[in-house]
Parts: sequence; structure tokens; C-alpha cells
Amino acid sequence: MGNTVLDVKNLLTQYYTNGGVIKAVDDVSFSIPKGQTVCLVGESGCGKSAVAMSIMGLIDGGSGGIKNGEILFEGKDLLKLKKHELRQLRGNDISMIFQEPMTSLNPVLTIGGQIMEPLMEHELISKKEAKKRALELIELVGIGRAEEIFNSYPHQLSGGMLQRIMIAIALACSPNLLIADEPTTALDVTIQAQILDLLRSLKEQRDMSMLLITHDLGVVAEVADYVIVMYAGKVIEEGPVVELFKNPKHPYTKGLLKAKPVINQRQEELYTIAGQVPNLATLTPSCYFSERCEQCMAICKEQMPKINDLDNGQRVACWLYEEVTTV
Amino acid sequence: MKGYVVKRLFYMIPTLFGASILIFFLYSLVPGNFIDADQNLTAERKAELYELHGYNEPVVIRYFIWLKNLLKGDLGYSLQFQLPVGEVIGNYIWSSFIVALASLILTWFIAILVGIVSAIRQYSIWDTFITIIVFAAMATPSFFLGLVIIKIFAVDLGWLPAGGMISTGSNFTGWEYVKDVAEHMILPVLVLTMLGIGGLTRYFRTNMLEVIKQDFMRTARAKGLKERVVIFKHGLRNALLPAITLFSFELPALFGGAIITEQIFNWPGIGAIYMQAFSVRDYPLLMGFTMFIAVLTVLSNLLADILYGIADPRVRVKK
Ligand SMILES: Nc1ncnc2c1ncn2[C@@H]1O[C@H](COP(=O)(O)OP(=O)(O)OP(=O)(O)O)[C@@H](O)[C@H]1O
Ligand code: SF4
Ligand SMILES: [Mg+2]
Repeated sequence: MGNTVLDVKNLLTQYYTNGGVIKAVDDVSFSIPKGQTVCLVGESGCGKSAVAMSIMGLIDGGSGGIKNGEILFEGKDLLKLKKHELRQLRGNDISMIFQEPMTSLNPVLTIGGQIMEPLMEHELISKKEAKKRALELIELVGIGRAEEIFNSYPHQLSGGMLQRIMIAIALACSPNLLIADEPTTALDVTIQAQILDLLRSLKEQRDMSMLLITHDLGVVAEVADYVIVMYAGKVIEEGPVVELFKNPKHPYTKGLLKAKPVINQRQEELYTIAGQVPNLATLTPSCYFSERCEQCMAICKEQMPKINDLDNGQRVACWLYEEVTTV
Repeated sequence: MKGYVVKRLFYMIPTLFGASILIFFLYSLVPGNFIDADQNLTAERKAELYELHGYNEPVVIRYFIWLKNLLKGDLGYSLQFQLPVGEVIGNYIWSSFIVALASLILTWFIAILVGIVSAIRQYSIWDTFITIIVFAAMATPSFFLGLVIIKIFAVDLGWLPAGGMISTGSNFTGWEYVKDVAEHMILPVLVLTMLGIGGLTRYFRTNMLEVIKQDFMRTARAKGLKERVVIFKHGLRNALLPAITLFSFELPALFGGAIITEQIFNWPGIGAIYMQAFSVRDYPLLMGFTMFIAVLTVLSNLLADILYGIADPRVRVKK
């Protein structure tokens, strides 16, 4: 460990759906070094949120569960902790912000009260002290009129403001790891940039580590140190951001990068990857991307490629590279 | 807020005015009245009584006389009891009220509790069990339920009195009296509660299930709050909001009497009086009482709106 904040090993998370049990996260391993931002990317439904919810221990037992693996946070396996021990970490050492700021705050409680909650829960401080800290947090996330905001209710604020409040709540107890699940998807483009800047600068200031989930590769290019690409519950490629953008290996990653709109550059038609994400309930041993892959080979339909290290620090799971490394 | 309440009080005037017209003419235009219904009266006596009670006036004039008296707080004169309607209501309403109130509190308490538990243990054996009981209670006709309960608790076990409000021939005072009435109340309250509980339990279960799916519940958990705080502080408060309307509907019913249970348990409440007034065509009593309930209903609506304003910040600012 030492320099690693989070180390996820062979995580297997299932959901029980009408179509059967699905592996939303299938044998996923990755780690987040201290002070770094790791981005998790992939199309909708590939299991990004499921990874985040697994780390937070927030998967509702009625709809799914973690079946295998380890989640080591600062050396402790979160999956072996008792319920109340995990609860004491949540909102304290590990925090999370969500995609929908408009619905993520309780409509009948004041903003101030909601910021004070984690402080009062995890730190032995008086109500007065908590209020002072809450006001500081509101200033910290770049909203003025702290006193007024403190006493207002969620419906009185805009989406961008609410996401700032969510960040304030997440940062209240100075976590070592911040998980942000598509924090800007629901916001206007201009606000998106502001929120990202805020997250980035706060991360620097406080020397946090961050797991940023997004399907926006523009965001990745701006903030990530390391990128993990998921497809149908599996990690199919990962690597340092510069390498991965310069030299994507997996046909899916290549497709994603091609599909990314380039700012200030007019494109006649935006490239899209043909086909759809497979149904997770009916997967057979194969490369899960094979249905959509232009370079699909015979073996791709029969066996699942393992993830392998390449020389430049990248890792990829694709038969195209298997031979190169094994022969 | 104060200005809003005053404004709403003014809005009540046309509503109540409309209600008074409806109530008066519905009862006045039905053929027959208390005097006609009495077979023992001679034609002369009938004519005298007609004159005395103003039945010879045109109906519109009678309406305005009635309205004028209402505005003075006079609900009319019950022919059957030979007492002012206000006094008749006053004599019987409180016995109905205590039973209804006890049952209301019990029903809401149980329904909220069961709703919460079923919602957090959805589809567990407990949830299924509650669902079955609730449907059984909802499907059982009240007179049948009442009789079964009397048979079990009053006749077979002999634990509780079968009917009435006080033990016959008793002369209790003070605490003894309270205890006696309380004992007589148990069975009617039980039956009323069993009848009301089904719908309300389903209602709270659905509300809670809706609320626990919300994003802010996930946020509350992500903060590391205790499950108890998540459910009660974040969940229950939001689930209770839509119940305010329902609650305000129940308030007039507190004074309306429960006809069936009052009949089965021979409880001297206003519901039984109301039924009796129908059979002898004591229209002044019926009109006065209906008007009284109309006023309560309008007031309860106002109360619901005020409560919403207090409980839901999204409503508060709009005013
Ligand atoms: N509560 C749940 N019950 C059943 N299935 C679920 C549940 N939550 C997610 N899933 C399924 O698990 C899979 C992974 O979902 P997940 O939410 O992790 O995707 P995602 O990558 O976060 O997508 P998005 O970009 O849309 O947020 C999907 O197929 C989804 O349908
Ligand atoms: S393993 Fe085969 S099908 Fe899958 S991405 Fe590589 S080439 Fe395409
Ligand atoms: Mg998601």
C-alpha cells in the first residue's frame, strides 16, 4: 500500500434483474495512487456506478450484492468491515457526489442543516462549531452569501449551486478519497466547466485522491492522471491518460476517442460506434465487444481475452495484442 | 402567513354560503316533514304547529330566516328533542368524538409504523403477513367484524362490556367513571381502527417505498448517517407530507359519528342520533348538523393548507 489509497481486486458485483442475475462489475481490479485522479469511462450501463456503489457499500441487499473480491482502502478491506465501521468511513474518509444535484438533496431540510449532518455525525463538535464550518464550506465551494444559502432550501438554488453544495457536503470531513459519479452530466456546459475546475482545484489543495466517473472524454483529458475503460462490466483497457489518448489500443477505446467531439473543430458527422451494448444477462465466454468490433476474429467469439500489460504502462484486454505479448 | 390565512378565511364565505343553499333546499324540497310524519296529531294541531314553526312562509323566506339564525350561531330547533339543535349536538358529539379520536390516533400510529417496517423490509415474510392481515381487515364487513368481536371479547371471554357507554345502574364519579367509560370504549375503538387501518397502511407503505427510492436517501447514507436517522429524519418526513391532506379529511369525521359501530355497540353518539333524525324527519336537526360538518370541512381544508406551508418549504415561498 503506502502510496495507494484504494486498491480494488477482482471485484464481482451482481444485480438481480428480471432477466436474471447480471454481473454489473465482473472481475474488476484497479488502484488509485495517493493524490491522483483516476477516471472511469465507458458507455451507459457498463457498470461504472456499480463500481462506485460497491466501494461505498451502498448496494441495496435486495437488488444486488458483492460476490467476490477485495476493496482495500488505506490497507483495510472494506468488504470485511462491520456495518457500523463502514458507516463511520462513509462521508468521513470516503465521500461521494452524484449525477443529479437537483434530487440528491432532501427537499424539506435546509442546505445548512444538510451540510452540518456529516460533521455532527463524524466529528465531536458542537452545533455552533458545525455551523461555522458549514459556512466556511459554502465559501470554499465558491458561493457567496453563505449565511443566506445556509438557511435556504434546495428548490431555491440552481443545479450548479446544488452540485457545489453536494461538493461541500462531500468535503465536510476532509475525505482522503472523493468519488464523483458523473458530477457534471446533468448541468449546462458552462456550469460543467466551473464544477470541474472547482473539483480539480479542491483536489490539489487538499491532496485528495479522486475517482471520477464520466462518459465524457473531454473531461477525462482535462483532469485524469490515469484512465480505466470499462465495457459490459469488465475493464478492457487502462493506462496513464497521455499514453491512452495518444495511443489507444483496444478497438472500443479507439472508437470512443473517435466519437469524442473536438471543441472548436467542425466535424461533418460525429462518429459513433455501431451497435449496442450487449445484454448483460445473456453473455457467453467471448470478447463482449466482438459483436461491434470491426477487427473481430474467430477466437474473439469463443474465448475471453485476458487483460495484459503492455510495455508503456498500458493494459489491454484484446486478442489483437495477446499474440504480440505471448509469442 | 397571517395575511394568507385572513385571505383564505374570506374565501370560505362563498363556499359556506353555497353549502347553506344546497343543504337548506335539499331538505326543504323533500316532501313531508316532522309534523306530517306524526300520525297522532289532529289537523288543527298540525295547522298550529305549521304556524308556530314558520312552515307557512314561502321557502325562500324560510331560507333567509334560517340563514339569519345561523349567522347568530343558532343552528335551529330540533322538533324531536324539543331542544335547540346546538344543544342536541353538544349532548352527543363528545361521546362520538372520544371514540373517533382514540381510533384516529391508534390507526395513524399503527399505519405509520407498519408502513415503515413493510417498506424497509419489502417482500419479506413480515411484509406479506401484514399485507394479508390488512386485506382481510379491509374486506370484512363492519357489522360482521363488530359482532365477532363482541362474541369473542364480551360474551365468550367476558373481559369487556358488550355495549353502551357506562355500566347500567352504575353511579361512578371521578376516576371510576373515566375507567368505566374507557372499558366500554375499547371494543368500538378496536372495530373502528380495524376498519380504517387497511387503506392507511397501504397508503403509508406506498409513500415510504416511493421515498426510500429517492436520490436524497442515497445521499443521506453516503454521508454515513445511521440507518435510523436516514429512515426517520430523511424518509418519514417526506412520506408524511402527502398525508396532510388525508389527515385533514379525517378531522370532520371526528365529529361525524360512526353510525355502524354506534349501532352495534349501542354507543350514544351523534351518528345514531343522525340516523334517528332521518327516520322521524327531524329536518332542522339534520340541516343544522350537516351545516356544522360543512363548516368543519372547510376549516379542515384551511388547516391542511397551513400545515403544508409549515411542513413543506416548497409550498412556503409561493405565498
Ligand atoms: N438497482 C439495480 N437493480 C438491477 N440492475 C441494476 C441496478 N442498478 C444498475 N443495474 C444494472 O447494472 C448495470 C450497470 O449499471 P450502472 O448503473 O453501474 O451503469 P453505469 O455505467 O453507471 O451507466 P450510466 O452511465 O448510465 O450511469 C446496468 O445494466 C444496469 O441496468
Ligand atoms: S478481442 Fe477481438 S473482438 Fe474483442 S476487441 Fe479485440 S479484436 Fe475486437
Ligand atoms: Mg451511472
